[in-house]
Amino acid sequence: MSVTRTVATWTTAVLAAATLASCAESERDDEGGSGSGDDGTFVFGAAGAPEMFDPFYATDGETFRITRQMFEGLLGIEPGSAEVVPELATEWTPNEDGTEWTFTLRDDVTFHDGEPFNAEAVCYNFERMFDQNEAGQTAGEYWGYVMGAFSNDAENSLYQGCEATDEFEAVISISGPTSGFPTMLTLESLSMQSPKALEEGDANGIAAEGEGFSFPAYADAPVGTGPFTFGEYDEANGSITLARNDDYWGEAAQVSEVVFRVIPDESTRRQELEAGSINGYDLPNPVDWAGLEEDGNSVEVRDPFNILYLGLNPEANPQLKDLKVRQAIYHALNREQLVQTQLPEGAAVATQFMPDTVSGYNTELEPYAYDPDEAKRLLAEAGAEGMTLNFAYPTEVTRPYMPDPQKIYEALRTDLEAVGIKVKVSTASWNGGYLDNVSGEPGKYDAYILGWTGDYDSAYNFIGTFFGNLKDNDFGTDVMPWGKQLADDLKAADAIVDEDERGAAFEEINRQIMEEYLPGLPISHSPPALVVGPGVEGVIPSPLTAEEFDTVSVGGE
Amino acid sequence: MLRFVVRRLLQMVGVLLVLSLLVFVWLRSLPGGPVSALLGERQTEARREALEQALGLDQPLPVQYVRFMQRALQGDFGVSTQVLPGEDALDIFLSRLPATLELSFFALVIAVALGIPLGYVAARRKGTALDTTTVIFSLVGVAVPVFFTAFLLKYFFAVEWNLLPVSGRQSIGLDATRVTGLFVLDGILTREWDAAWDALKHLVLPSLALATIPFAVVFRITRASVLDVLDEDYVRTAEAKGLTARVIRGRHVLRNAMLPVVTTVGLQVGALLSGAVLTETVFSWRGVGQALAEGFLQKDYPVLQVLIMAAAAIYVLVNLLVDITYALIDPRIRTR
Repeated sequence: MSVTRTVATWTTAVLAAATLASCAESERDDEGGSGSGDDGTFVFGAAGAPEMFDPFYATDGETFRITRQMFEGLLGIEPGSAEVVPELATEWTPNEDGTEWTFTLRDDVTFHDGEPFNAEAVCYNFERMFDQNEAGQTAGEYWGYVMGAFSNDAENSLYQGCEATDEFEAVISISGPTSGFPTMLTLESLSMQSPKALEEGDANGIAAEGEGFSFPAYADAPVGTGPFTFGEYDEANGSITLARNDDYWGEAAQVSEVVFRVIPDESTRRQELEAGSINGYDLPNPVDWAGLEEDGNSVEVRDPFNILYLGLNPEANPQLKDLKVRQAIYHALNREQLVQTQLPEGAAVATQFMPDTVSGYNTELEPYAYDPDEAKRLLAEAGAEGMTLNFAYPTEVTRPYMPDPQKIYEALRTDLEAVGIKVKVSTASWNGGYLDNVSGEPGKYDAYILGWTGDYDSAYNFIGTFFGNLKDNDFGTDVMPWGKQLADDLKAADAIVDEDERGAAFEEINRQIMEEYLPGLPISHSPPALVVGPGVEGVIPSPLTAEEFDTVSVGGE
Repeated sequence: MLRFVVRRLLQMVGVLLVLSLLVFVWLRSLPGGPVSALLGERQTEARREALEQALGLDQPLPVQYVRFMQRALQGDFGVSTQVLPGEDALDIFLSRLPATLELSFFALVIAVALGIPLGYVAARRKGTALDTTTVIFSLVGVAVPVFFTAFLLKYFFAVEWNLLPVSGRQSIGLDATRVTGLFVLDGILTREWDAAWDALKHLVLPSLALATIPFAVVFRITRASVLDVLDEDYVRTAEAKGLTARVIRGRHVLRNAMLPVVTTVGLQVGALLSGAVLTETVFSWRGVGQALAEGFLQKDYPVLQVLIMAAAAIYVLVNLLVDITYALIDPRIRTR
């Protein structure tokens, strides 16, 4: 390369750099930074990025953790429990047959964009959620789940209409009484959003595109009533910043800002906490709890609001139709030992398919005893000695109710083999076929590990989800003589208006499920935890993993 | 030369077309899919079927592929289902690319800047303690998994000594102006020196972790290649002619030894892309690798298709560049 060419090359490079530099101007504010006031920033390590910021179309916990700080529902949840408490509505009363609910609203609330919160805003929100196009009906997962249908199929929808009877009084009509209503109004997806912002951002303008959905502008610019307002989503750096809402109707948040940093790897989240660059993260591995506490962090253990069960599928293995066989399997399982060795501190052996925090829990039920001899006797009586069980567990997943599916499987398999059951292992990754194989009709596995975390305080949200849909449930109850009766009883109990009466009906169904039907085997309830670093105060662990960060302060170091 | 480049570019289009079919069929032949990721425990047969129908996943594969190609030819590669729902898959790639480029560039610079001189010195001093030490060091680089190297680097430099950040690309609350998406360059261009310095500090550990394998490979190839060339007749001839050691080193040894090294460096770009999947995940680095990992976990078909195809295109392009570089280094290739 000649000297002339070298000089020319360098001159071109320098000129190009100079041109680029002249196009790039700093866009910094003179003050620098952002946020209101200076009461500190609470930085939370999130395992994943949010799907979007319109909670109506969202389905995952990472999104809800963020939207929960910005949005509120008509009903709220008492921090630290699953109990329903007033939020944007101060009172709610049903008519006699439980089909019309009158909500008295707070009169001192404005949305983040300054729009007033009133009965018209409430009805606008419900009609917006109800009136979805085809794509919206698929993406509006939670509404479909709790309300059953949208405006194009109105007769099958639980929601029937909303009327603003006064400035701060709205009446919502439903097709029939259910234990889920109005408790379901605590769901993040059914939060109240600014009608003006919804309208301007074309919030319902969702469209199917290829194999996904494209979302309207509103999904990136949410406007609620909560203690924090949306700041910015720095996608390139994986951080979401919320600023304190100084005009909040309730007590203002302790910190000026909450930042969620996306840190997918759990060991990195722990190292970030140790380095002091984040103030907390969710679901620390139970084996790390003691170490985290020793390092001066605080592991906040939530009350369990979940169930881990061994699902049994009589469609795949007809021997499981025999109650004695199912009972034998249950007696074979040393659940006490499993809970002590494989699950975090605070986990408990389950006596039924729901935790004791849910109304309808039957306190009279005792856990099935670990009794291998009884298991062998029952198997012999049923003529099922040496039976083979195609037993499956999922990989590439942890859930609050099962921190390590493989270890849980190993423990259960050992117990089953000890009573002479031959176990044939099946496994698949959570998103790679496991759920398809479990929920298919018929399911592919004889026995499988699965669980559920409740959405809200409702017995039907647990046992109704499992057995309420006769034709399409994971336990194959449609081939059992009592399957229809159980589904009908569940629906009947769910429709009882009187809370005490309804609770008693669910208690009786829980007894029947465990003593007469035993469609699957409840194993345990596990307490998920979150961890916060030194100096962080005011985190109230929620059984529903629905922590609100307005009470959190970071100044106490 | 122009004809050569055009021919290679046309070949690339063919490669990408075949690859698009392979990737499309392969992804859909894997068990499970995006519906499980979307529904989780809520999945029932009826809900799965409804969602598959809404997303067009219930159609026969050939129909799905034709639809995909029809859209792709118009520049529409579909939208993400899970990684960033609703976002154009190509936009996700483009927005994540600067992060990966920045990381890969620094890793490659480290690998080359250390690998070539050390490889050369090790070859010149073959059999000495320096040679043995560097060879062992490079072996460790290849043998130790990236996530473990990353864990150790973070533990010492970030947690224990608090010298560098644990993960991420830039500190929060810095209010940095973004121009190119290459954070260090952005800081320099906008004269936000604190932002550039902060981004550089964030780059150190992930680049080191990502550089371990390419460094080891470049080092070993350089060492072997230099040893080969030192044995060549023309080196002996040059020495016999009485040329100075400097001329022999620069003109005869290094230049000739560089041919396999350049090829290796080109191939390492592919290795960097695959290494970035792990490195970006453990360093919360919002690049293409992390998006690929998320895409696989969540079975986000549109994102995976775009990312895999784009990675392949980059790989082919880099190899083309390597061939052009060959021609520049070795005049014999140019004239063929």
